[in-house]
Amino acid sequence: MAATDVDIFSNEEKRNLSLGGHVGFDSLPDQLVSKSVTQGFCFNILCVGETGIGKSTLMNTLFNTMFENEEASHYQNGVCMRPRTYDLQESNVHLKLTIVDTVGFGDQINKEESYKPIVDYIDTQFENYLQEELKIKRSLFNYHDGRVHICLYFIAPTGHSLKSLDLVTMKKLDSKVNIIPIIAKADTISKSELHKFKIKIMSELVSNGVQIYQFPTDDHAVTEINSSMNAHLPFAVVGSVEEVKVGNKTVRARQYPWGVVQVENESHCDFVKLREMLIRVNMEDLREQTHARHYELYRRCKLEEMGFTDTDPDCQPFSLQETYEAKRKEFMGDLQKKEEEMRQMFVNKVKETEAELKEKERELHNKFEQLKHMHQEEKRKVEEKRRDLEEEMNAFNRRKVAAETLSLAQPLKKDKDKKN
Amino acid sequence: MTTNIRYKSRIPIKSDETPEEKQYVGFATLPNQVHRKSVKKGFDFTLMVAGESGMGKSTLVNSLFLTDLYKDRKLLNAEERINQTVEIIKHTVDIEEKGVKLKLTIVDTPGFGDAVNNNECWKPITDYIDQQFEQYFRDESGLNRKNIQDNRVHCCLYFIPPFGHGLRPVDVEFMKALHEKVNVVPLIAKADCLTPNEIKKLKDRVREEIERFGIKVYQFPECDSDEDEEFKQLDKELKECCPLAVIGSNTVVEARGQRVRGRLYPWGIVEVFLSVCVCVSVENQSHCDFVKLRNMLIRSHMHDLKDVTCDVHYENYRAQCIQDMTSKLTQDNRMESPIPILPLSTPDVETDRLIKMKDEEVNCYVIMGNITYTG
Repeated sequence: MAATDVDIFSNEEKRNLSLGGHVGFDSLPDQLVSKSVTQGFCFNILCVGETGIGKSTLMNTLFNTMFENEEASHYQNGVCMRPRTYDLQESNVHLKLTIVDTVGFGDQINKEESYKPIVDYIDTQFENYLQEELKIKRSLFNYHDGRVHICLYFIAPTGHSLKSLDLVTMKKLDSKVNIIPIIAKADTISKSELHKFKIKIMSELVSNGVQIYQFPTDDHAVTEINSSMNAHLPFAVVGSVEEVKVGNKTVRARQYPWGVVQVENESHCDFVKLREMLIRVNMEDLREQTHARHYELYRRCKLEEMGFTDTDPDCQPFSLQETYEAKRKEFMGDLQKKEEEMRQMFVNKVKETEAELKEKERELHNKFEQLKHMHQEEKRKVEEKRRDLEEEMNAFNRRKVAAETLSLAQPLKKDKDKKN
Repeated sequence: MTTNIRYKSRIPIKSDETPEEKQYVGFATLPNQVHRKSVKKGFDFTLMVAGESGMGKSTLVNSLFLTDLYKDRKLLNAEERINQTVEIIKHTVDIEEKGVKLKLTIVDTPGFGDAVNNNECWKPITDYIDQQFEQYFRDESGLNRKNIQDNRVHCCLYFIPPFGHGLRPVDVEFMKALHEKVNVVPLIAKADCLTPNEIKKLKDRVREEIERFGIKVYQFPECDSDEDEEFKQLDKELKECCPLAVIGSNTVVEARGQRVRGRLYPWGIVEVFLSVCVCVSVENQSHCDFVKLRNMLIRSHMHDLKDVTCDVHYENYRAQCIQDMTSKLTQDNRMESPIPILPLSTPDVETDRLIKMKDEEVNCYVIMGNITYTG
């Protein structure tokens, strides 16, 4: 009976009621905020760019602190990912910031495999989250979420267009992570060149179907500022942690013989815009997009790969559990078959080796017999020879004795003759 | 410092002079005669520029020779460059200054280092240089040598990106493939993105890496002891500044009340030709080494670059070529060279190998014999 009751109720239209007094559920957002503040926030940034393009310096400038990092060398064999986690605090808000660096990107002579480590890292983070979600005993609320929320792609300021490596890498990444392209070391491009460069980059991205992150324009509180910022992409930034005295203030800037480039001066570079967009306005939206769009896409692909579907061939909704059971049985069956095969192979191998060993043993035995035979022959011959030799010796001795006795007898005879 | 100052002319004296002056023979006018003849003949110079795209090569060449060589140039998009191969494009211009004619050839290498897979991307460049040597070799050995065209590459400017921490593997490989075929002059491109400290650090880094990897870049010749002090000073400065950090510009801007070639930024103006800066905070520091590069390349060392190419690189190529020819006698039917074929001075490689093989076989038998004997 309860089921039909529910059906009746859900067919009714939702009614709007007006309140007679102040109830107080307008404090719900505040409760949410205070809960999340106590929980702390987590944000993961991936910086992709050539060695020496200014990734670490920009991070230091953005967060106004010195993250420890050594200069990378140009001679790495491949690209390796270097994630570092930091705990930051501003007023009473805790931020667990993970910065992932791509060491050695763009340095190799053959860069066809350069994008792979990056894609693998992002997928691994998604995979870990998926595993946690699928666990029986989950603890999602204190799981350290390592999924990459934003990828800052650093474009070298050549002034002409994107490099071929940039295009290839961004195409591989655009469906897995929010990409914001930025022009690094922008103090080498003059204003007119910068305008042309930005237009060229955006047109190349569009014509190649690369989807970069668009600042959201559906929330009316931030629509205006976001849509104006969208027009300024990609941001041309300059990073610096050194302070220079300009007028009577000390600002972060780069000092040249011909002038001073101020990092926070909007007419010099777009650093302020980037900071505004990335941190002050859209950080939460970035996290949401990562979870709702990129992660869901990954999850769907992965589960489909494993054979799960939402509906079976008869269009009846499948429950995850049934599919899981079926898969498991299949998998165990496979395992058993493999085990059988391996056992068979092992037995065969053992037989073979035994046969070989027997063969060898027989051979050895034959050889031994042969040798023994040979030795006996030799011994016999040697014996014969010895006997011969002995006979000869005996014969010789006899003759010697005979000769001696004869010679002894001779003088006696002579004496006898003399006496006579 | 121009060539005019160094060789003072002497007017030949008339015959009805005093006996002492009759001692004067007059071959001190030889430098003058050389000067006159060379002006009449004209000079030629081939310069190669190499480096990734977007390093400012074309801009620098335009700034060096104060012309626009690259009108109507088509730049490729990123997707077209993924599998790009290196091309060699030659631009030839005839320029004249104070009666001296120069036929300048710029060899451009678009596509170098632009593809995703850059394995051996310097091969077309080394092949081109070898081709020019071969062409000259053949012409030189020919019967009619009146009008030989010298297309050999006299200098190669290699542009190192300033965005990294030093030389990258592709830079090292390229310079090592070329350092024995052409005079390599490394430059740090787009130097306006580096502060003076950063420039110094990068230069030290690059110099140290060049030495570590054994790359033989072009060395400025030592000064003779009788050169004047100014020249010696310049030479010393030049040696210490290597590799030169340059900035180029195609535009003319207004600065300090004058029209200068430079780059306009919201925070200041970079002047390409400035040799002394008039800023308040920084004194006596030029904006970049462009002026030094120009002086070196055009005003003082152009002829030395040509000499080194002729005397060292070309001679090495020629010697190698002849040696290869004599050891590949029977197989070589491509080169119809009029040079008489020299008798073989090196022992035949084939016979040597055969002898070695037989030797080894004999040794094997001896060893086997020993084993059976003792067994």
